[in-house]
Amino acid sequence: MTIAAPTFDARRSAPLLLGLVGLVAIVLSIAFLSITVGARPVSLDTVWAALTAYNPDSTDHRIIWELRLPRTVVGLLVGAALGLAGAVLQGATRNPLADPSILGIHAGAALFVVLGVAILGISQLSIYVWLAFAGAGAAMLAVYAIASIGREGATPIKLALAGSAMTAALQSIVSAILLTSPRTLDEVRFWQVGSLAGRSMDVVVQVAPFLAIGIVLALASGRMLDGLSMGEDVARALGQNVRRSRAIAGLAAVILAGASTAAAGPIAFVGLTVPHVARAITGPNYRWILPYSMLLAPILLLGADVLGRIIAPPGEVQVGIVTAFLGAPFFIALVRRRKLASL
Amino acid sequence: MTLALDHTAIVRSIRGRLALRRRSITLGLALALALTFALALYLGDYPVAPGDVLRSLFSPLTGEVNKGVDFIVLNVRVPRAVLAVLTGISFALSGIIFQTLLRNPLASPDIIGISHGASASAVFCIIVFGMSGLWVSFGAFAGAILTALAIYGLAWRNGVTAYRVVLIGIGMAAIMSAVMSYLFTRARLFEVQQALAWLIGSLNAANAADIYPLALALLVLIPLTIALVRTLDAMQLGDDTATALGARVEFSRLGLILAAVGYAAFATAAVGPVSFVAFVAGPIARRLLNGAGNGFLQAALVGALVMLGSDMVAQHALPSIQLPVGVVTGVFGALFLLWLLTASNRAGRVN
Repeated sequence: MTIAAPTFDARRSAPLLLGLVGLVAIVLSIAFLSITVGARPVSLDTVWAALTAYNPDSTDHRIIWELRLPRTVVGLLVGAALGLAGAVLQGATRNPLADPSILGIHAGAALFVVLGVAILGISQLSIYVWLAFAGAGAAMLAVYAIASIGREGATPIKLALAGSAMTAALQSIVSAILLTSPRTLDEVRFWQVGSLAGRSMDVVVQVAPFLAIGIVLALASGRMLDGLSMGEDVARALGQNVRRSRAIAGLAAVILAGASTAAAGPIAFVGLTVPHVARAITGPNYRWILPYSMLLAPILLLGADVLGRIIAPPGEVQVGIVTAFLGAPFFIALVRRRKLASL
Repeated sequence: MTLALDHTAIVRSIRGRLALRRRSITLGLALALALTFALALYLGDYPVAPGDVLRSLFSPLTGEVNKGVDFIVLNVRVPRAVLAVLTGISFALSGIIFQTLLRNPLASPDIIGISHGASASAVFCIIVFGMSGLWVSFGAFAGAILTALAIYGLAWRNGVTAYRVVLIGIGMAAIMSAVMSYLFTRARLFEVQQALAWLIGSLNAANAADIYPLALALLVLIPLTIALVRTLDAMQLGDDTATALGARVEFSRLGLILAAVGYAAFATAAVGPVSFVAFVAGPIARRLLNGAGNGFLQAALVGALVMLGSDMVAQHALPSIQLPVGVVTGVFGALFLLWLLTASNRAGRVN
C-alpha cells in the first residue's frame, strides 16, 4: 500500500477524461440499440417517427413508448446505481467482496417481497417496488446499527460480518416461506432473477428521485473514499471525520442499492465486479473510479438486456442471468490478465 | 540482566494466560457439544427414558435387546446426530481454512463459488436429468471438485494469489448462480420445489449410509490438515515473508485448498449446501479465543455445535412439521454471530 495520497495529475487525467467521454458514447449507442432491438422488428424510420411524432394508434409506436423506452431508462438508471453502490461500498468497507448482496440489502428486499406475496397476496410489480425498497432500507439500517455499536463505530470488518449474518438470517426465513408456499415460489422465482422486462414509466417515476439523490451523494463522496482507502488512521490524520464519511457513503449505497433492487430485482455481480474493472482502468483514485463505475455498469447491464432479448427467441433470458454469463468470463479474463490493484 | 528476566517472566505469564484461555474455551465448547449430543439422543416424538437410551447404546455389547427402542435410538437418532456433528466439523474446517488462507473473513466456500458449483450441479441433475437421492449427491460432489479445480486453474499464473482466487471464485459463483436461476425459470414448479428443498440442506432423511463416505474422508483430511496447518501461521504474514521463513508456500497452499474443498464437497454431498455454518464457525471461534490461538479445533467444535443445535431446533420448534436444518442454521448462526459482535463491542475490545 502506498501512503502517497492520490492526486489529480494533469498528465494522467487527460486520457481518463477522454475515456469517460468514450464511455458516454458507448452508453448512448447501447441505449439506442436497446430501443431498436426486440422481439418485434421495428424499422429505424418507425423508431424515429415514434420518438418525434408519437401516434397512439400505431402498435409499433406504443411498443417503443410503453415497453422499450421505459425499459431502457430503467436499465440505465439501475446500471448506474449498481455500479456506484458497489464502488462506494468497496471503498467505505475496504473489502473487495463488499456489494449490496453482502450487506443484507438484497436479502431484506427479497424478504419483504416474499412476505408481501405470501401474506398479502400482492402480485403487481409497482407494489413490489415499495416492498423491496422498504426491505432494503430496513435491512441495511439494522446492519449499520449492529455494526456501529461499540466505541470505534462501524468498522469495515464489523459491517461485513453483520451484513453477512443478516443476509443468512433473512435468507433462511425466505427459504422457509418459499418451501411451504409453492404459490409464492412460483411468483417470486421470476422476480428473484432480476429483470428489466415489463417495467413501465411508473417504475421510473417511483425510483428516479431516490436514484438521483443517491447518485449525487455517491459522486460527491469520492474524496472521502480516497481518504478512507488509506486507512482510518491516515484519514483521521488528514482531518477527515471518519464516522461521518462512512455514514454518508453507507447512506448513498443503501439508497442506490435499495432503489435499484426495487426497480429490477436483486441483480448480483454487477455492483461487485464493475468497480474492479474501473479500478483496473483508472488506478486507485475514487474520484475516477466512481464515474467510471457509473458508466461501465449500464453498458454491462443494458448490453446484457439487449442480448437476452435476441439469444433465445421467441422468449427472452432475464438480464440477471445474461450479466453473469456475459460479465463473469470477461471479469475472470481481466483478473487473470492484469495485476488488479488490491484494496 | 534483571530487566531481561522480567521480560521473560512477562512473556511467560501472557503465554500462560492465553493457553489457559484456549484450554477453557475448548473444554467449554466440548462440554456444550457433549450435552447437545446427549439431548439430541433423548429428545424426539417417541419418548424414550434416559436409562433406555443408554441401554440401547450399549446393547451391541450387553446383548439386551428392545427392538422398538433400539431402532429409534440406534437407527434414527444416533445416525442423525453423528451426521450433524461430522458435517458441522467439515463445513467449519472448510470455512476456516479458506478464510485463513485467503486472509478475508468473507471468503468461505459459500461465497467464493465452491458451494455454488455443488448446488448448480445438483440442480442440473434434479431438473434436467430428473435424478434424486444418491445420484444428486454424486452430482454435487463432482460439481464442487470441478468448480474448485477451475477456480484454482484460472487463478494460476506463476502461482496463485489470494486476491485472484477470491475474485475468480466470485466470478465462478456468479456463473453458477446464473445457471441455477436459468434452470429455475425454465423448469416446472414441482421440480423447482424439489431443487429448492435440496438447496436448503436437510438432515431429515439421514441414515447410516450417508455417514461412511464422510467419516472416511475425515479420517484422511483431518491428519492432512493438522500436518499443514503450521505453515498457515507463517502464510498469514504474507507469501514473501512466509517463503523467507522457510515455509513451502505453494505446496502447503495447494494441500490446504484440496483439504478445504474435500471437506466442503463431502459434507455438501451428504446433507446439501447448508448455509452459513462454514462462514460463521471461524469468526465465532476467533472471537471466543480473542487472539489465543488459530482457532481450528475450536471452529470445528463450533461448527458441530451450530449444526447439531440447529437440527434440534429444526426438528422440535414447530409441533407439526420438521423444518430442514438449513433454514435454522442461518438464523441460529446469525444470531450467535450478532450477539458476539455486540457483546465484544460493548466490552470495548479492539477487533
